[in-house]
Amino acid sequence: MLHEMSLNINGETYPVVVKSHDTLVRVLREQLGLTGTKVGCGNGECGACTVLFDGAPVNSCMVLAVEAQGHRIETVEGLSQGGDLHPLQKAFVEHNAVQCGFCTSGMLMSAKALLERNSHPTEQEVREALVGNLCRCTGYIRIVDAVLDVAEAGS
Amino acid sequence: MKEQTSNPVGKSVPRVDAFEKVTGAAKYVDDMAFGPTLLYGKIVHSPVAHALIKKIDASKALALPGVKAVVTGQDSPTLLGLYLKDRYIYAYDRVRYVGESVAGVVAISEEIAEQAAKLVEVEYELLPPVFDPYEGAKPDAPLLHPDLGKYEVVNFIFPEPGTNVSEHFRLRKGRVSDAGVSDEVWAQCATIVEDQYTLPQIQHAPIETHIAVAQWNPDGQVTLWAASQSPFAQRDLLAQSLGIPHGNMRVISPYIGGGFGGKAGISIEANVVLMAKAVPGHPVKVRMTREEEFVATNVRQSLVAKYKIGCDKDGNLLAMDLAYYFGGGAYNDYGVNIARAAGYSCTGPYDVPNVKGDSYCVYTNHPIGSAMRGFGMPEIHWGLEQIMDRLAEAIGMDAADFKRQNCVRQGDTILTGMTMPNVDLPQCIDKVKEAIGWGRVSKPSAPHKRRGKGLAIMWKAPAMPPNPGSSAIVRFNEDATLNVYVSGQEIGQGAFTVAAQMAAEALGIPYEWVRVSANPVDTKYSPYEWQTVASRLTWSMGNAVKAAAEHARGQILDIVAKYWGEDPADLDIKNGVVISYKSEREQSLKKMVVYGLPNENFEGWQGGPIVGSGKFMPTYVTGLDPNTGQGARAVVHYTVGAQAVDLEVDTDTGQIEVLKIASAYDVGKAINPDLVMTQIEGGAVHGLSSAFEGMFFDAQGRLRNPSFVDYKLATSLDAPREIHGDIVETPLEDGPWGARGVGEHVMVQTAPAIANALYNALGVRFNHLPLSAEKVYLATHEGEELTCKA
Ligand code: FES
Ligand code: FES
Repeated sequence: MLHEMSLNINGETYPVVVKSHDTLVRVLREQLGLTGTKVGCGNGECGACTVLFDGAPVNSCMVLAVEAQGHRIETVEGLSQGGDLHPLQKAFVEHNAVQCGFCTSGMLMSAKALLERNSHPTEQEVREALVGNLCRCTGYIRIVDAVLDVAEAGS
Repeated sequence: MKEQTSNPVGKSVPRVDAFEKVTGAAKYVDDMAFGPTLLYGKIVHSPVAHALIKKIDASKALALPGVKAVVTGQDSPTLLGLYLKDRYIYAYDRVRYVGESVAGVVAISEEIAEQAAKLVEVEYELLPPVFDPYEGAKPDAPLLHPDLGKYEVVNFIFPEPGTNVSEHFRLRKGRVSDAGVSDEVWAQCATIVEDQYTLPQIQHAPIETHIAVAQWNPDGQVTLWAASQSPFAQRDLLAQSLGIPHGNMRVISPYIGGGFGGKAGISIEANVVLMAKAVPGHPVKVRMTREEEFVATNVRQSLVAKYKIGCDKDGNLLAMDLAYYFGGGAYNDYGVNIARAAGYSCTGPYDVPNVKGDSYCVYTNHPIGSAMRGFGMPEIHWGLEQIMDRLAEAIGMDAADFKRQNCVRQGDTILTGMTMPNVDLPQCIDKVKEAIGWGRVSKPSAPHKRRGKGLAIMWKAPAMPPNPGSSAIVRFNEDATLNVYVSGQEIGQGAFTVAAQMAAEALGIPYEWVRVSANPVDTKYSPYEWQTVASRLTWSMGNAVKAAAEHARGQILDIVAKYWGEDPADLDIKNGVVISYKSEREQSLKKMVVYGLPNENFEGWQGGPIVGSGKFMPTYVTGLDPNTGQGARAVVHYTVGAQAVDLEVDTDTGQIEVLKIASAYDVGKAINPDLVMTQIEGGAVHGLSSAFEGMFFDAQGRLRNPSFVDYKLATSLDAPREIHGDIVETPLEDGPWGARGVGEHVMVQTAPAIANALYNALGVRFNHLPLSAEKVYLATHEGEELTCKA
């Protein structure tokens, strides 16, 4: 069944026509060309597809596009504003917290959600917040350090 | 251009790819657009481990609306392989593992293709399977490849037709025979350890699965877009196997979401090309699901390793008798060279006078064993590095001292007869000892916990054919910014950044002026690169980039020298300006690198657009005697390193917490020290993770844990609190600025370092990977009543 609806993504309204079983990540990537959000498993196990759903991190491979109607969706493409990188993006660059980059979008979104609900997390809290985001390259330490750096700078 | 970094080699300049990656702009294969003619493919996988194919009936699948084609091995039986052509692109007459490609379905959507794949009916006649490499190597084991003797094979691989052994590497040094090390040598040993260690197959598990798109045009032009560490090798293999002229076969590969060897060589790409052939003019996309990635793409080989090692009372290693049985899986194409590498490096980083080593690659009815970070070295070091500790303990020596005393040093004649190139392993050992506080005992954080430290050392040579080549092109723009063309892949290791640093350094321009034009690598436009494997790019591609930059530099100096009427030898380029040490004149590179320079009084011009090209290929590697493994130069060089681990074990739960890993590697020259550190850190966690990973199969050869729920990767909570890294820099003779590779080495000995620390904590040895809390618990509660009392 087809649904005509609109999605609110990074503050913009996008009219879309989706099938009932279309996942949010599929619509983001394949209909809207927002390919910054990645797919690593399609089963809610890797976090590569993490987007924010009314500010909370969700695996967009486990959310149906129709469920997103009327909700605020944020993706990696919405992080930098007016040509400036988001502090988290800057910190990831400065810390060399990026290698292959495939987990990066999801990591950034999970980190953003964490800092929005807890502006001064401990190292343990950062690690816990990122536990659903698998990274095979970096060993996580620089990602954690980058997030802690932003938290400190924001104090 | 705000910042100007001159002489960037040796500086931790920012990655060239970071901005694109943090903004989501970086394009990976699945992010590329192919337009409305795109079709989707799905591979039909074998559900059985070993069987003859009696019949394939695709009529039901073809009848499904939206299905465009079904391809099978019957259509065009084509053998494929890098070192040993032993695999049909689609199974022809038999299947050899659960997950093997039997057919390919092409349809207008992924859903229809998936549905149709289930409708392809295949009739199998089951054959007895072989799962254990040791058993499989026996002469009476069921044969997986009766045609082994007929397969095309490179001249340094030695299959044994009539058996399941696809490669047998023999190493004989000192007083040994095929029967073993001489009894007289064993008699001189004060202590001997003889034992068996094993490792299961494990998955690379890059977060991006294998994805490929292919298009076969009616005019014979074939294009493959793939997440690939080996665009040129894939082009060559596809061209050879499918009879496509190399010039008509084009491979395009953008950023890769992790490779670790899994995207080296060729796996699903040929299948996709054959699907595309069936629907001319249409691009066809195949995306492996995570489950398919586990079941049907290449994995790290399993190993059954038998060791007998002895030393004298002073702790000098006297003899090693080694037998390595690699479980190569159903097809050994790439794996044969892993067994070979494990053969010519079988002693690990030790100087041993008497060595008998036999390394076998054995066919089994499991997924295809192939290249993975470390390429045979993590496998053999797992046992070796524990036995060294056991020997040291037996003669009452500190394990680190024992390793330091016996380790290879520059100028040693190593096991193959080659002279050990310049490396400093003792310094690496000293560094990690210091960083981990070797010899100091730390208190556990609770009474039911135990602390322990362990240390392991390693060596690894790039394992490849003797003559893999690299090439590079540099091209100036009007404002003297420079485009560097390479085909080494950015798989996360920082290859593009290092290429940019080297080009800037060799030319004398700021780092910020360099752009790397390698995304995507496109075999139609990019210069040749063998493969992004073997930790060879910094060294090999680096040499090519340096040569290309020097070629361009030479052209510039010639032009300016003529213009000034000076000798080019008196000129230099500094920070983008040509200077004369003699006349102290200066000439900016801007404009002149494209337009040239006018002669005096505008009487004509000098120069023209500057394009530099460079290449590198090692020319000095020699063959080895097939009976003894002896030869003048087995490999290009070795990278060495040491790691030490500090951990805590909970004896109530068996949980292991790795608190700290200290690593030191001799990289020759760190072109970008912080990027070396990122490899050291990422590798340590990859190594830690690998110690707990294993693919578990049932008795029919079906994988029981094909998901991240059941096959656990290390998470942010598993990573140690601290990873310390030390960079040792003993220059490599033919490395650019002395550099050698380090991308793989950083995980080779983590598992045995953990095992040695566990022994230190618990007094218990673990011979079989993976480690687990359950194993630790059971080992520490041996003899207790463990039945559930509830
Ligand atoms: S792709 Fe959504 S969790 Fe892995
Ligand atoms: S950077 Fe490669 S998976 Fe995280």
